[in-house]
Amino acid sequence: MASSGGSGSGGTGAGTRARPMAPHLQVWRWHVTMAGSIFHRGTGVALYGAAIGLAVWLCALAAGPDVYAVVDGLLRTLPGELALYALSVAIAYHFANGIRHLVWDSGRGYKPSTADATGWLVIFFALVAPIGVWALARF
Amino acid sequence: MSSTSYRTPLGKARGLGTAKSGTSIHIGQRVSAIALAFLSPWFVIAAALGVRDGYAGAAAFVSHPVNSVLLSLLLIAAFYHMGLGMRVIVEDYIHKKSTKQLLLIGNMFLWVGLTAVSLFAVLRITFGS
Repeated sequence: MASSGGSGSGGTGAGTRARPMAPHLQVWRWHVTMAGSIFHRGTGVALYGAAIGLAVWLCALAAGPDVYAVVDGLLRTLPGELALYALSVAIAYHFANGIRHLVWDSGRGYKPSTADATGWLVIFFALVAPIGVWALARF
Repeated sequence: MSSTSYRTPLGKARGLGTAKSGTSIHIGQRVSAIALAFLSPWFVIAAALGVRDGYAGAAAFVSHPVNSVLLSLLLIAAFYHMGLGMRVIVEDYIHKKSTKQLLLIGNMFLWVGLTAVSLFAVLRITFGS
């Protein structure tokens, strides 16, 4: 978005010059800190669903081997495993970005270059860490 | 406290403004986040190892005393944290008062209910029926 409030740029007076507009999602260039913020909320909502799943899994475990076998069987189908993998990405992302938020709360890490770098770092972590967890679960 | 008020007369007349409870929510979100920053990596790794051996392995994992306590703490922190998070999302996006209140109440019932149900499940797995 071009700056529209420059002093010598076509405005005929303080009353008529174009006012600066608030950026809107549809016209705003995507950048990593913005994407990171949206992912944080998105993964948070996904983990809300996952937490309901965790409660169901615990109830199945409490109900005994027969009920557990049904839930466990569902999780071991291809869609189940894909959902679990997506879930581990969401956990890794929300965990790492949550730590980024806690560091921000201490007043550090706000320099744009730092915030961009930590944003990419969190995305990298979220893509790599689940591979390790998956290896633990499988082997 | 100083007697100086920064509220405008119009603001006073309308009676709107802070509900005087936002700070505790802000802090609660962060304190539960700190707890989860320790508990969730533990759970993800321990559960990935624990569920490999089917029902017996999962039951043994949950009923181990240390795991039982840590898992209960994780459940309380996680459900509380997600309840606060969803509350913020509802307050951000839902502006119709009746819908908003319905969703906020539903959210609270859900996270408190899930906490109760899953803690009961952990206790039952640990101590048997």
